[in-house]
Amino acid sequence: MTDSNNQMTGAEIVLRALKDNGVEHIFGYPGGAVLPIYDEIFQQDDIQHILVRHEQGAGHAAEGYARSTGKVGVMLVTSGPGATNAVTPLQDALMDSVPLVCISGQVPTTLIGSDAFQECDTVGITRPCTKHNWLVKDVNELAGIIHEAFRIAQTGRPGPVVVDVPKDIQFATGTYTPPGQAPVNKSYAPKLQGDMKAIQAAVELMATAKRPVLYTGGGVVNSGPEASRLLRELVELTDFPITSTLMGLGAYPASGKNWLGMLGMHGSYEANMAMHDCDVMVCIGARFDDRITGRINAFSPNSRKIHIDIDPSSINKNVRVDIPILGDVATVLEDIVRLWRALPKKPEKSQTQEWRESIQRWRARKSFAYKPSNDVIMPQYAIERLYEQSKGRKTFVTTEVGQHQMWAAQFFGFEEPNRWMTSGGLGTMGYGLPAAIGVQVAHPDALVIDIAGDASIQMCIQEMSCAIQYNLPVKIFILNNQYMGMVRQWQQLLHGNRLSNSYTEAMPDFVKLAEAYGAVGMYCDDPKELDGKIEEMIAVKKPVIFDCRVANLANCFPMIPSGKAHNEMLLPDEATDEAVATAIDAKGRQLV
Amino acid sequence: MNAHQQATGSAYFIAPETAKVENHTLSVLVNNEPGVLARVIGLFSGRGYNIESLTVSETEHEAHLSRITIVTRGTPSVLEQIKAQLERIVPVHRVVDLTVRAKDLGQERPIEREVALIKVVGSGEHRAETLRLADAFQAKVVDATVEHFVLEITGKSSKIDQFVAILKPLGLIEICRTGIAAMNRGPQGM
Repeated sequence: MTDSNNQMTGAEIVLRALKDNGVEHIFGYPGGAVLPIYDEIFQQDDIQHILVRHEQGAGHAAEGYARSTGKVGVMLVTSGPGATNAVTPLQDALMDSVPLVCISGQVPTTLIGSDAFQECDTVGITRPCTKHNWLVKDVNELAGIIHEAFRIAQTGRPGPVVVDVPKDIQFATGTYTPPGQAPVNKSYAPKLQGDMKAIQAAVELMATAKRPVLYTGGGVVNSGPEASRLLRELVELTDFPITSTLMGLGAYPASGKNWLGMLGMHGSYEANMAMHDCDVMVCIGARFDDRITGRINAFSPNSRKIHIDIDPSSINKNVRVDIPILGDVATVLEDIVRLWRALPKKPEKSQTQEWRESIQRWRARKSFAYKPSNDVIMPQYAIERLYEQSKGRKTFVTTEVGQHQMWAAQFFGFEEPNRWMTSGGLGTMGYGLPAAIGVQVAHPDALVIDIAGDASIQMCIQEMSCAIQYNLPVKIFILNNQYMGMVRQWQQLLHGNRLSNSYTEAMPDFVKLAEAYGAVGMYCDDPKELDGKIEEMIAVKKPVIFDCRVANLANCFPMIPSGKAHNEMLLPDEATDEAVATAIDAKGRQLV
Repeated sequence: MNAHQQATGSAYFIAPETAKVENHTLSVLVNNEPGVLARVIGLFSGRGYNIESLTVSETEHEAHLSRITIVTRGTPSVLEQIKAQLERIVPVHRVVDLTVRAKDLGQERPIEREVALIKVVGSGEHRAETLRLADAFQAKVVDATVEHFVLEITGKSSKIDQFVAILKPLGLIEICRTGIAAMNRGPQGM
């Protein structure tokens, strides 16, 4: 390979490799150790760089970009603090299986290990929070490593990778190897096709089910649009009830007749009861997380379990399953659908009659019900109105972490996959605003709403500046209750109502804050005005911070309290009066 | 039904582990590349698994492959999880649980051997006794002066433990052990 066309500097190689991997946008922040790459960015037009205001924002923006498009998100950070600030989004992407490539600058190879200015052991620090990472020591290997980084990030169970590029490598001249010609790591070859014997056994088991349930997760969304289509087809064919984890919302439409709502700690009564009482559970691209299972030794005690997952370590990790199927969701579902269609004798409708009646009974319990109010905006009501008013549009929703996140999951109906971006595994407060920015970059004409809490939004509020710079009209809808609501809820439930540090004493004026950034600030504390104001917010073509003052003491129910099983949920009508009445004493009421 | 009346004030579901703990020997075939050992060790410390013994060396120079032998402890489900987690590491080619494999082959255990170098300092009758024991345990003298011996012994860990225990009163001052190298019996490869 002496072709002079393929000779270039390391920094040029980075840009060329990104372009050849289909990258159009990168999110980053410059610094000393990445200046050569920034110089190349300056001299080209194929890739747009979005300047964030903190590296954590770059990571979450890339996550939002990736989750809403199915493409790989790319972030670019400098050495030292740039890399350490990237750790939170990397771990977030690892836990939620988001394909992310992080390019980080590093001090020159000759200075590595000398405690140089802005040096840190980036590959050491990011090793446990990435799927894989590399320190590039030879400019001739740089292109191959970047191609491999993209392959590893987006295949198998997707995840974040880091390519750490020392500054002297960025300056050095070497050979660019195009994708497809670079060596691939043979030890990494994820299996897409499920074992046919296991799939056959699964279909046979499903056909005998009297009380079946489909339990789906983020893996369906990650597997691509075809997986969601096949899932819908499977539900149509089998008429099985279906629930989903927080991460999988939208894979099956919330308006679908078999939809049970989200399951888990704040999931619906019908979903959790169905999980507890089922005789056949089909877990599709979910991982039996502790927020889902409740008390593990009381989890769905009488069911036989089928688990489809691309990650072998997810199978039998928390819950033993009877039929594990290792493979890609779409590929396996295609087989399942085909085999189900070919069944010589389909199960009679009467086989699941009692089950459907049970589910109707549980549904009738209306576990998401709340007491409406004419005086204050109930947070659930605010989400309901937001949902109603954004219907019919191409809407994407991101969230921060806390009560507002759970209410958004409960009350905002998602009809399509890739429309819902939230930090599920890591639970990163501050995720929503930068993620919304990433989504808006990918979908400039869409309505992008960050459903936020008053505490979470302050964790990455600096990205308002980024939204303004790039004319990204994200809508930040703050359910402002002046508390870290979920922290307070746990303190009420588990710590004798001692509200240690969960009240926000010094709240910024969010309207003025929006204006300070050059955005539009809105305020609403009256349920009668809410619809009009939401309409106004949606119509604004600029970023908006909407300070929606909601009932301060509302709590998020239903809830599986700690140490309890799915059939021991705390329902809103059993919980609100007593729990909230005893929750706040006279002194506390003066505060709110 | 009231969660706040519960004894356990935890946000997590804590269940005591009741299954029996076993010792297993794993063979891990990896790319010989920078950081690969750190990935393996980091996995064990990060996920709270135990390492009883660990050896690593390049086994196929041309193919850049190294073989890591790890003795670990855990319940059967934890051991299964360790294997799955190891397989997830990108430069890991294969993981074989030699202990499980031995059982599948109808054998009690895989072959497990360790080398130890042992320095004994002494004089008079102690020296003679040291040599007699070395002979009995088939240990070799690899270095000696009138004051000391360095002995090399190969065998199962239990044999080395025993040898070390016996030599202690005879002037043992230094031990170096390699950790366990292991493979399965029989004509089949890994």
